Amino acid sequence: MKNGSAYVSMRDITKIFGTVLATDGMNLDVEKGEIHALLGENGAGKSTLMNMLSGIYIPDSGHIFIDNQERKFSSPRDAINAGVGMIHQHFKLVDILTALENILLGQRKGFLLQKKEQEIEIRKIMEKFHLEVDLKKYVYEMSVGEKQNLEILKTLYRGARVLILDEPTAVLTPQETVVLFRIMRRMKEQGCAVIFISHKMNEVMEIADRVTVLRKGQTIDTLKKEETNPQELTELMVGRPIDLSIKRLARVTDERVLKVSNLRALNEEGIEVLKGIKFDLCAGEILGVAGIAGSGQKELCEALAGLYPIKEGEILFKGEDLAGKNPKEFISRGISMSFIPEDRLGMGLVASMDMVDNILLKQYHHTKGIFVQRKPAATKAKEIIKKLDVQTPGIDHPIKNLSGGNIQKVLLGRELDSQPELLITAYPVRGLDINTCLKIYDILNEEKKKGVAILYIAEDLDSLLGLCDRIMVISNGEITGIVDARKATKEQLGAMMLGKKEDDYAV
Amino acid sequence: MQFRLVKKPEITQRQYTVIILTAIALALLTSGLFILLLGLNPIQVYLAMLNGAFGSTYRLEQTIIVAIPLVIISLGIAVAFKMKFWNIGAEGQVIMGAFFASYLALNYQDAPKPLLLLGMLAAGFLGGGLWGLIPAFFKARWGTNETIVTLMMNYIALKWITYLQYGPWKDPNSMGFPKIPNFTANAILPNFLGVHLGWVIALILVVIMYFFMNHSKKGFEIAVLGESLNTARYAGVNIFRTILFSMFISGGICGLAGMIQASAVGNTLSVEVAGGVGYTAIITAWLGALKAPWIVLVSVLFAALVQGSSYIQSAFGISAASASLIQAMILFFVLGSDFFTKYKVVFGSEFLTRGKEARE
Repeated sequence: MKNGSAYVSMRDITKIFGTVLATDGMNLDVEKGEIHALLGENGAGKSTLMNMLSGIYIPDSGHIFIDNQERKFSSPRDAINAGVGMIHQHFKLVDILTALENILLGQRKGFLLQKKEQEIEIRKIMEKFHLEVDLKKYVYEMSVGEKQNLEILKTLYRGARVLILDEPTAVLTPQETVVLFRIMRRMKEQGCAVIFISHKMNEVMEIADRVTVLRKGQTIDTLKKEETNPQELTELMVGRPIDLSIKRLARVTDERVLKVSNLRALNEEGIEVLKGIKFDLCAGEILGVAGIAGSGQKELCEALAGLYPIKEGEILFKGEDLAGKNPKEFISRGISMSFIPEDRLGMGLVASMDMVDNILLKQYHHTKGIFVQRKPAATKAKEIIKKLDVQTPGIDHPIKNLSGGNIQKVLLGRELDSQPELLITAYPVRGLDINTCLKIYDILNEEKKKGVAILYIAEDLDSLLGLCDRIMVISNGEITGIVDARKATKEQLGAMMLGKKEDDYAV
Repeated sequence: MQFRLVKKPEITQRQYTVIILTAIALALLTSGLFILLLGLNPIQVYLAMLNGAFGSTYRLEQTIIVAIPLVIISLGIAVAFKMKFWNIGAEGQVIMGAFFASYLALNYQDAPKPLLLLGMLAAGFLGGGLWGLIPAFFKARWGTNETIVTLMMNYIALKWITYLQYGPWKDPNSMGFPKIPNFTANAILPNFLGVHLGWVIALILVVIMYFFMNHSKKGFEIAVLGESLNTARYAGVNIFRTILFSMFISGGICGLAGMIQASAVGNTLSVEVAGGVGYTAIITAWLGALKAPWIVLVSVLFAALVQGSSYIQSAFGISAASASLIQAMILFFVLGSDFFTKYKVVFGSEFLTRGKEARE
């Protein structure tokens, strides 16, 4: 078997899960001192391939060469010993330990801890890569960005020269992304090989040197960034020509369905997380909500669905105040929330149950008697599969085995099926590939056309600007302004997200 | 030799059966070696165990009598476990059910038999249910750890009966012997086809619980709540009420078993009324995968194991400890096999090629 001369070389890698060919003879070459992006739709095999490079999965066949030496990893430890480390989407840190303790965990040299010496070594690495981590800080006090830096530092300390970053920007604010990119460039200068998995085309175009496109378990092509463009990459990824623009439909009516005023709520520690929120929403309108992660979006969503205790304020839905009512009453009035948390399954779906039971979740209240009726739910499940093109072996398959995009479709399909008048949807495209994103935008636009009022919470400013009628910015539990999405700019939104008040109130 | 554990994906029903059967075979093999050491023929001993459990009408009846409380209590435990509420308090709920039922049995001896028995069943359910409500309330309101609370409440229940037995309820005619008076014939469950009516009650419960857990709205809510609290909240499930309700049912069913044991088996209330069956039923509920039909099968097999090993003691003069050892060995393998339904062991580095060969 010929190996490439590249620093990391993966040849003919095949991995089968059950009957699914996850990677089918994939090849990948990554050089030292390069940032190599892996681009592909959900289920293209990006994560599987990287999990094999980092020793989490074992390939069924194929060869992995690091520095011209064939390696067989049977655990992440083997991989890190060969200099390959992976930064996962879900951080593997111990909350109640400090940064330093997390780095040293399991890294004892000899019998005793040698904190002093090791700390000096860690500080050297921080200097070398321009990484800023407060070693004394506890992980539970850290922001997502800080945790990520710590995770990177930990991996570098363990001797990684090949770093795999699995969708690192998915959880970051735009500011944190800038910092991350600076660190990645520094790694590249220091001769590391950096593999960057992302869905976001603009980020790939900004940071990568070369891009490898994967599709359905196969390597399609590796291209130099200078010699390609987003359109071409997307088409390679999807396998057919595609229109990347997001359509915005004109507003249908001016009929106000939701009026929220002076909404206040406290979290468990008694800190005010919603500070007098005030906005209204029309039928057939998409109102976007932008904000840095953790600014109160989750609490707002839950409050509007009756799931979060409200201290004071009004939620007028078609003239009726719903504040203080229980979730069942919100549901019965046609308010529907689909909140996609980071783990996708935390709220709204039951992972171990099949599609039928998950659809039943929203229906069983409406039927008479003490028994549940699964037949109508099964019919609905089949409809949703057809309508939204859900990839699943069948309606009685546990949904945890579906891919993220398909899980999202099930959730959205179910929510839309209840024919809501107000749809609250948070992060519906989180972690999805372009093709599925566009599909979901289409679905939302269709609902808009029907006159559904949509509250669309998102982190991706491009989609907010492209899809919404108005954008409301929330910062630290406060509304800093509502702007017309046709006129707003990213810079303006960015400043508002950081707390700058905007007086020009769009209606 | 180097080996590693790898998490298995979902396994099929068939693979599951193969694993369980392998475990049983290995258990019989290992216990067989032990029996050989005792100087006996393992095959003969095993046949004798079967014989002891099912060999005659009388033995079969005894096995069924052992199985009845196991089935009922497992059904009760399954309700709580489905909600991921780890109810270790079945023992106490059995005892309190027996206590409530005994109160009626001892104080209304002259009531018509059917009325008294029905009243005792209701009281048994109520007693167990109320005892189950306490930890449920603590958990639902303050988030206490239900494992600890239910477990500790078993001892409270037990001590309460000890107090009654040595104190206020002590039989004045027992010449100082600490025992609660026997029930009158009115308060004793009649036999039906050779075994007390408990078996009919158990079978009716199996059917009811099957439909309750699989097809009722409450059963569905319990399952959803067990899988995800947030999702349940989101679907409009009243969390507080659901936790209380299902623990009332769970404890109530265990309480029924208490009534049956006191009435039909002990013919009175005593500290031995539960005798650890509340703990054993955790095993049978779990091995029965919390599913009503499987619980019946597992409970009967478990009862057969108990009866069979007690039979070989007398038949071969094996000591009680040795018989327990055989019983423990079989349990060890069967329970241990659960591990292999979730993980597989791979050796050395050969697995790199093995996957490939399997395909070709």
